[in-house]
Amino acid sequence: MELVLALAIGVLGGSGVWLLLRPRTFQVVMGLTLLSYAVNLFIFCVGGLRLGADPVLREGAGLIEYADPLPQALVLTAIVIGFATTALFLVVLLASRGFTGSDHVDGKDGAP
Amino acid sequence: MPHDTVSFALLCLPFAGAALAWRMRHRQAATWLAIGVAALALGLSLAVRPWLADGAVLRTVLPWLPSLGLDLVLRVDGLAWLFLLLICGIGLLVVVYARYYMPEEDRLGRFYGLLLAFMGAMVGVVTAGNVVQLAFFWELTSLLSFLLIGYWNQGASAREGARTALIVTAGGGLCLFAGLLLLGHIAGSYDLDAILAAGDAVRAHPWYVPMLVLVALGALSKSAQFPFHFWLPQAMSAPTPVSAYLHSATMVKAGVFLLLRLWPVLAGTEAWFWIIGGAGLASLLLGAASAVFQQDLKAVLAYSTISHLGLITMLLGLGSTLGAVAAIFHIVNHATFKASLFMAAGAVDHETGTRDLRRLGGLRHVMPITATLALVASAAMAGVPLLNGFLSKEMFFAAALSTHRGLTVDTLAAGLAVLASMFSVIYSLRFAVGVFLGRLRDGLPRTPHEPPYWMRLPIGLLVLACVLVGVLPAQVIGPTLDLAAGAVLGEALPAFDLAIWHGVNAPLLMSVLAFAGGCVAYAGLRGWFARRETLPLLGRFSAQRVFERVLALLTSTLPQALEPAYSGRRLQPQLRVIVLAAALAAGLAMYGTPMHFGLRASAVDPGFALLWLLGAVCALGAVRQAKFHRLAALVLVGGAGLVSCVSFVWLSAPDLAATQLLVEVVTTIVILLGLRWLPKRVAGLSPDAPPARWRRYRDGAVAGVVGLGLAGLAYAAMLHPVANSASHFYLENALSQGGGHNVVNVILVDFRGFDTLGEISVLAIVALSVFALLRRFRPAVESVGAPMQQRLQGATREDGYDAGGADYLRIPGLIVQLMAPVIVLFGMHLFLRGHDLPGGGFAAGITVSVALVLLYMARGARWVEARLKVAPLRWVGLGLLLALATGLGALAFGHPFLSSHSRHVVLPLLGELPLASALLFDLGVFGVVVGATSLMLVALAHQSLRQPRAPTDAGKEDG
Repeated sequence: MELVLALAIGVLGGSGVWLLLRPRTFQVVMGLTLLSYAVNLFIFCVGGLRLGADPVLREGAGLIEYADPLPQALVLTAIVIGFATTALFLVVLLASRGFTGSDHVDGKDGAP
Repeated sequence: MPHDTVSFALLCLPFAGAALAWRMRHRQAATWLAIGVAALALGLSLAVRPWLADGAVLRTVLPWLPSLGLDLVLRVDGLAWLFLLLICGIGLLVVVYARYYMPEEDRLGRFYGLLLAFMGAMVGVVTAGNVVQLAFFWELTSLLSFLLIGYWNQGASAREGARTALIVTAGGGLCLFAGLLLLGHIAGSYDLDAILAAGDAVRAHPWYVPMLVLVALGALSKSAQFPFHFWLPQAMSAPTPVSAYLHSATMVKAGVFLLLRLWPVLAGTEAWFWIIGGAGLASLLLGAASAVFQQDLKAVLAYSTISHLGLITMLLGLGSTLGAVAAIFHIVNHATFKASLFMAAGAVDHETGTRDLRRLGGLRHVMPITATLALVASAAMAGVPLLNGFLSKEMFFAAALSTHRGLTVDTLAAGLAVLASMFSVIYSLRFAVGVFLGRLRDGLPRTPHEPPYWMRLPIGLLVLACVLVGVLPAQVIGPTLDLAAGAVLGEALPAFDLAIWHGVNAPLLMSVLAFAGGCVAYAGLRGWFARRETLPLLGRFSAQRVFERVLALLTSTLPQALEPAYSGRRLQPQLRVIVLAAALAAGLAMYGTPMHFGLRASAVDPGFALLWLLGAVCALGAVRQAKFHRLAALVLVGGAGLVSCVSFVWLSAPDLAATQLLVEVVTTIVILLGLRWLPKRVAGLSPDAPPARWRRYRDGAVAGVVGLGLAGLAYAAMLHPVANSASHFYLENALSQGGGHNVVNVILVDFRGFDTLGEISVLAIVALSVFALLRRFRPAVESVGAPMQQRLQGATREDGYDAGGADYLRIPGLIVQLMAPVIVLFGMHLFLRGHDLPGGGFAAGITVSVALVLLYMARGARWVEARLKVAPLRWVGLGLLLALATGLGALAFGHPFLSSHSRHVVLPLLGELPLASALLFDLGVFGVVVGATSLMLVALAHQSLRQPRAPTDAGKEDG
């Protein structure tokens, strides 16, 4: 499991970074979304992977039987903030497109 | 009245007065207020005296950050008391003087406000019982002196002088802060008493020298000591009352005060002798020699101040107890005669309209009283017997003679002391004889008269003090000096004799030599002095010029050289730099950290592997499609998001899965709403040029490295055993303290509620920014018209842009309309169960806003807004207020901010219900999320309702 998830994080992160370096604003927004998936999964996995051990308290279960709630709490807010920044980027993208007439990151089509 | 109250009142009074005076529009009222405050402060200072008998130290402690060992401590001892007298006493005289000096049209509210605030800051410096507090007030004095020097901000020279003073003294203040932090670290406490008790340990510490250098940088720059002396002459463009106050008695004395304050801890080492003593000697000579060649009345005084402060610094640098006593004595004497001289210079300037020594002369014929006073004060400055300057100069000579650092240094120090003293006789003569004696000159800008009585009175009182101290030193100043020196030296207080006549001894001979030499030189060379502007030989090496060069280099030349290399208008390379820097930082952190890549991992579930195969395909597909097929890319990214959502379910994180799923939906809608404003891009129209291909290879390499690094890091992190995580605490206490079964939710709304409060504030701010940005949004011309699909399906009417056509999306619209209440209900369900089961405010908020947006999409904005009043801004505001009020509610019950209370209540029909006050907080979170999300979505959706711009307007902006 660990290997699969690590590879998945790598693929998501790599794709995100590649898109981040592209010239078109839409590509950058997509890249940021992918990168935030990767980062969320990364923070989440730091607590260790557990199957069938929700951090919801049950009668008579020992502490060892729960997944780590702390990374989950961190990631939960990260997801919401990630959404907010994506929305903000999208609007900046639209504004930049409106002002410069181009959807290039630099505001003009100097390079393809 | 207990002494705590008095010291506290003493600190607060000037600031309160400043706040009151600041807005005053009435000159007379402002003056009376300032006089009242200064007089009251002086009275309070005098009232402290009885408590200080027998070397007692008054401490007032106000807890501030007890967990860090930081308290606000007001500490008044003999030394602080002496300075309090100077600050408040001379402050009072300056306030009176300024009333008559400042131009009639100035209402003075701002002036007195600044002056009183400065007085408060100085009181803060001298009464600080904690070095951090001292550094704070220290910087405050720098800041206020900037405002005071630049008070006449119409003049370029005032602005420049203020700026130089601020850069030098505040920069020195930063060094001082670092030095004091080091000192506190070495001594183990920031409390002044603890530091004073740790002297031996501090001097033996390996960090002693760096710490001393930092403290010295602060003190020397403040006291205008070489090589930082140049700010003081520049600061002479300040109004004269400011100079009389700041540059004689207070601001420049703060540096030597600090050296005295820390004298028991820092003094006595070789490093101290060379740094402090060396800087003092250099300033003493340089200042005195430069003063001789100045033609501006105030510049003479400024350079002489540098020189006299150099004398004090040098006395302190000697490290002998007698030197310290002499330094304290000279601080008082210099403050009195220099303040009166500044005021006299101001009176001359005020009456004649010029400060140029070459144009002035013979003023005793028209202003005899001022002339007499100024003559006595300059005699004190020159060190004439029966005046206070003579006594401290004798003590200086005695201390200089009694140092023993080897024959050369001793002889040199004594010789240079006589030389500097000779210079001081010369410039005092130039000031006194040149201006007031001789023949009255013609051609002055104004016809001089005697200045008003209230302008002469402060000068007169100060000169009276000079004479009294000079004639009856033991009676007038003896006890005070004992008290102040005792506070610094403690047991080591040397026996000193404040008599006028000690018999014929070496110091007296040195005095006579200096006096005779000075008189002869003045008589012989006065013409030459008047012809020059700068010091011979050394005049070409100006610290001022070096400072300006460095400043120009740092603020203009260097940035201009670096700007093209590290910045630019293009964002793409900057993004690359950011990514590379992040990768490098992660690499550096990984390097040298032991990491285990063993195969202790759990077995691979084929289902999970298959799932992520799909995820990887989605991500790579999105990469491929993002340029030309935006919708496809969006769908693929959504696919990757869904896969990670499923992984959350798989890996025991139902809360995350729910939130991720909902956020996924909203993100997709947001981007869908934005897609129509982007330009069309068709594959194959712009074939790749070789540089572009090369760029892709390079970015591919970067992405590959980052991906591999992330994967490796994640793998190592997952295999790393987690020991002693804080999570155990949360798991153990979630139910007992938070009253909830869902630990993730309890962490969010209870244990880490403050973080969540910050988070929802960020969300609110982002939503407002989006809203604000979209209000000014101007779409590009070609995307203004309705999209092709809508036109084909007949969605738009001829005149409008509303997607509310009769048959357009009828079935989906109906379904959404029926589903909307159900979705809202589901959101409520998520919210209510959040504390015990997966759900909570975040998830519920997004669910409700999804319902809203679906309605907007299916029915169009006008249809929805005709039937439903959504006020997203109100949701955001109320949500934030509710969250905050819940937190404050805990305060009302005497608990810390945001602590929650939970209880199970039994209600009829519903049975037993768990209720926690955290639920209210979660309701606030819910409100903010609903409001913020719908604010963004609705603002985006509204863009389609805008009327297109007039074609000419559009053409202009696009061209």
